[in-house]
Amino acid sequence: MCTTCGCGNSEHLHQHADGTWHSHVHDGGSTHGGEPRYVPRPPMAAHAPLIRPSRIVQIEQDILAKNAGFAAENRRYFSDHGIFALNLVSSPGSGKTTLLVKTIAAWQERTPLAVIEGDQQTSRDADRVRAAGARAVQINTGKGCHLDAQMVGHALTSLAPSDDSVLLIENVGNLVCPAAFDLGEAHKVVILSVTEGDDKPLKYPDMFRAADLLLVNKIDLLPYVEFDVDAAAGYARRVRPELEVLLVSAQTGAGFGEWLAWLERGLGRARTRREVGLDLLRRRVSELEAELERVRSPAHEA
Amino acid sequence: MHELALAESMLEIVERAARQNSAERVTAVRLEIGALSHVEPDALHFCFDAVTHGSLADGARLEIVRTPGQAWCMPCGDTVPLAALGQPCPVCGSFQLSITDGDAMRVKEIEIG
Repeated sequence: MCTTCGCGNSEHLHQHADGTWHSHVHDGGSTHGGEPRYVPRPPMAAHAPLIRPSRIVQIEQDILAKNAGFAAENRRYFSDHGIFALNLVSSPGSGKTTLLVKTIAAWQERTPLAVIEGDQQTSRDADRVRAAGARAVQINTGKGCHLDAQMVGHALTSLAPSDDSVLLIENVGNLVCPAAFDLGEAHKVVILSVTEGDDKPLKYPDMFRAADLLLVNKIDLLPYVEFDVDAAAGYARRVRPELEVLLVSAQTGAGFGEWLAWLERGLGRARTRREVGLDLLRRRVSELEAELERVRSPAHEA
Repeated sequence: MHELALAESMLEIVERAARQNSAERVTAVRLEIGALSHVEPDALHFCFDAVTHGSLADGARLEIVRTPGQAWCMPCGDTVPLAALGQPCPVCGSFQLSITDGDAMRVKEIEIG
């Protein structure tokens, strides 16, 4: 047993007070002090009484490779169809769904706009979105705390968004886990309401680092809360220097001109990507047709 | 917590590699987890134990190697160490940083028996 931490295992992981980790082997009963060090165990050593030879197999694979694969498929789908897809992330209660509903109304069908909703339970959010006039599919994650790319892929099959459209994916309300999961979106949009505290970007850096746009919501309540917008934006830019910031109120519609303009620009880029993709395809088809002609020609066969 | 999703993905990777190498058991899994990545090692240990129960990696040792964070600092024009997200450049104090290393979550190798 380790006389320092009392553990019975002969090998384990320790975290020191300064936050560094190390893995080490104990020589039964010895204390360990001084510099932490990683002692790699030789493959033949084992704690079991029988020493069975073991082999090491190199893997070198990203843990999230599978999700990345599904995300890439989604991204290709969006690109092929000119769909501008956004992943909306935030704490629960930031006003995401109200923002969606107001956006649908303000967008006024200038192009089709569809929604994928993510929650642990119920279809309440999808119902609200449909009532506002947009097509929506609800994903219920059950115990899950985030949407992943495979779930979104399945939802796309049911939803079948139109070409040259906007797709808003409302992630599960959670300022931690969704940061790690690429859904294939063009951008993560993080929504922070002024009732939440301007230091959220310091406390949840992963999410703000993953985002391209920060929407500060509920700005109509600024007179009643101690929220420093510049401070919040500054904290967020520490981990994401290029972050764009827009101030909105889903309640009053304040800031919606700029928010919709941002959406339009993104949609324009998605359309261009589709056209460029089609253009490349057309050119390739022409090349192949010319090649086929050449191969079929009597001169070639002779 | 998402460490559960990560542990499930790890198990898939490990099982596939074990099958490809005709192994019956996995005795150890070595991970590289960057200091700037989105994972809490304690939670990952807990979830790994839970998901591997009954699998061919049941009882496998989980070893986590922490890799340090690194970023390109624009004002310095150089790569600098970065202990955590949200920290400034340790040399000049700027936040104009672009992460270059230390955010990976990788299965490096497994021991099979």
